[in-house]
Amino acid sequence: MQAKRRRSLAATCALLPTWLAAIFVYIGTMVWSVRLSFTDSTIFPSSNYVGFAQYTRLFKNSRWLASLENVLIFGALYVAGCLALGFVLAAALDRKVRFESMFRTIFLYPYAMSFVVTGLIWQWMLNPTLGIQATVRAFGWQGFVFDWIVNRDMAIYTVVFAGVWQGAGLVMVIALSGMRGIGEEQWKAAQIDGIPIWRIYLSIILPQLGPALAASGMLLSMGVIKTYDLIVAQTGGGPGYSTEVPAKFIMDNLFERQNLGLASAGATVLVLSVIIAVAPFRYALAMRARRRGAR
Amino acid sequence: MKNTMKLLLVGAAVLSAAISSARAEDKPKAEVMTSWTSGGEAAALDVIKQEFEKRGGIWKDSSIAGFGAADAAFQNRLVAGDPPAAKQTVLGLANADFVSQGLLSPIDGIAKAGKWADVLPKSIADLISYNGQVYLAPTGAHGESWVFYSKETFAKAGVSEEPKSWDEFFAALDKLKAAGVQPVAWGGQSWQESKVFNMILLTQVGIDGFLKIYVGKDKGEASTEGVKKTLDILGKLRAYVDEGAAGRNWNDATAMVITGKAGVQFMGDWAKGEFVAAGKALGKDYGCMLAPQSPGMVYVADSFSFPKIADAASQKGQTLLAEVAMDPAIQVEFSLKKGSVPMRTDVDKSKLDICAQKGLELMSAGKIVPDQALILSPQQAGALNDFVDEFWTNPSEDSASGAEKFFAIFE
Repeated sequence: MQAKRRRSLAATCALLPTWLAAIFVYIGTMVWSVRLSFTDSTIFPSSNYVGFAQYTRLFKNSRWLASLENVLIFGALYVAGCLALGFVLAAALDRKVRFESMFRTIFLYPYAMSFVVTGLIWQWMLNPTLGIQATVRAFGWQGFVFDWIVNRDMAIYTVVFAGVWQGAGLVMVIALSGMRGIGEEQWKAAQIDGIPIWRIYLSIILPQLGPALAASGMLLSMGVIKTYDLIVAQTGGGPGYSTEVPAKFIMDNLFERQNLGLASAGATVLVLSVIIAVAPFRYALAMRARRRGAR
Repeated sequence: MKNTMKLLLVGAAVLSAAISSARAEDKPKAEVMTSWTSGGEAAALDVIKQEFEKRGGIWKDSSIAGFGAADAAFQNRLVAGDPPAAKQTVLGLANADFVSQGLLSPIDGIAKAGKWADVLPKSIADLISYNGQVYLAPTGAHGESWVFYSKETFAKAGVSEEPKSWDEFFAALDKLKAAGVQPVAWGGQSWQESKVFNMILLTQVGIDGFLKIYVGKDKGEASTEGVKKTLDILGKLRAYVDEGAAGRNWNDATAMVITGKAGVQFMGDWAKGEFVAAGKALGKDYGCMLAPQSPGMVYVADSFSFPKIADAASQKGQTLLAEVAMDPAIQVEFSLKKGSVPMRTDVDKSKLDICAQKGLELMSAGKIVPDQALILSPQQAGALNDFVDEFWTNPSEDSASGAEKFFAIFE
């Protein structure tokens, strides 16, 4: 009993810095920004409380509302697109193709680049007077139109392109390593049964990759919330605010517009929405673990 | 391990600082943070730098491309307690918060010694002072309601005279289009679009109307009607702009006029700096005119602000920089490179080009209205940018509902 307590004391001491960091750095700053969101701070923090006024302003602001809608569209398509494309790429490489490592490098290469570079490249490619549209027209197809990036209704999808192009490689690597862990016997058994290859991937391999894909999905979703640099480099939030995202709204209001209170309110809403989205998931996991423990 | 490393680094830094300060103690030094990074802007900043070094100062350049990016970096450094010695800023409300928080040092003594009050126009002298003390050293004023045009493309399209009215102007644009030239080189960033909005607004409501709207926040019938007409003209311009304009930098748009790809550009007179840097001559290769039917000029003015700083050498540097910036010869030299108008009224005007002379004339006659950065809070100025950008990129928006949204930016 005493030995156990001593051991836990040692463990507590070892973990103390981590605990302090968690409490002061993460929770402390979070509480600080929530506090600021209830004040009328402009360029510097003030302690003049105004209740929910900043939140009322926030949800009257059409730019903020547009940013919420955009991050939902972008997030859903980006995560789904990366998972689907990454899985397909991994399946293609899994069949021991020649030059596999070369292909792997090529597909993973975009992930090694920063979002700023990704955004700039896609901005040039999609610019109607410089990129794809101009090139195709130069080849003689004069009526070719590909102007999504300057089209208010389509611009957000061009950001999805760039995002998927960048993120699919990561999913591919994770999925590929998962596939390599699946025993060769299953393949042999399925092939003896005469099941077509695409069917094997869909019905046998895919279910076994669940945890790997869930992990990559989690990584990608966290990237969605903080999407900022990609937008700034590719569209600058435009045309109008058709590609505005919450992170950019917050940054603009923090610095350019000297609007600390409003920016903190936006940040708080963002944190709350993440908690609301993650909480049921965590709860379900905890319930399942408890049920399993009881059994 | 990491901590020892840090200690070592700090120790080394302190040591080297001690050594170098022993040598450079009496030399004024200044770390200067600006967003002046384009060709003409950098050349103009270099004029100040050369003079500063000639007078024995040590200059450290911390320029960052993009006005917003430079501001963000500056605020971070200020909050962290490590500000640069000087920051380029526009006159007006944007600095009010910094002053009221006691983060900037007044330069009243230098201003009194240099008799700034006697040589600056009254409105400028007012704008550089907060609570009765001078805080900013002005470098130059910019007219913002200029239209630059390429003489080559005008000749090609058969436009022989500068259009006097908006009707003539649109007729000229049609001719340019027919001649196969892109009529307007449009900079597709919201701050550039609001400048075009403002210059059209000035032509529609006049100087008094403009001030009534922006300073008096007047929502009366005349103001609403003026905003509506402004939006009509702005909306009409959409047809003369190329598809690739979204997000375009102003200097890229200027390059389109310089190379004869496009006919006209609406921009502040800093665009002249790009023409100069490209070796083009005013009056021969390109021309400048105020927006059609303009009763005056929209202006914005640059200056240096001086954050409170403990280091004695930097304090000396601040004094020296303020003196250099207001030196009559430097003001002219700087303006020539940057395309601006000197702030001092007692400078040698003969060296200035026609545009700058016209600008200086309007300024001394009081036929000027301030830009939104001077009279709106940063929040309102941001809301104005949002409003204009939304209107510009949404062709289905009509000017009547647009005008309503315009007045909401003051709330």
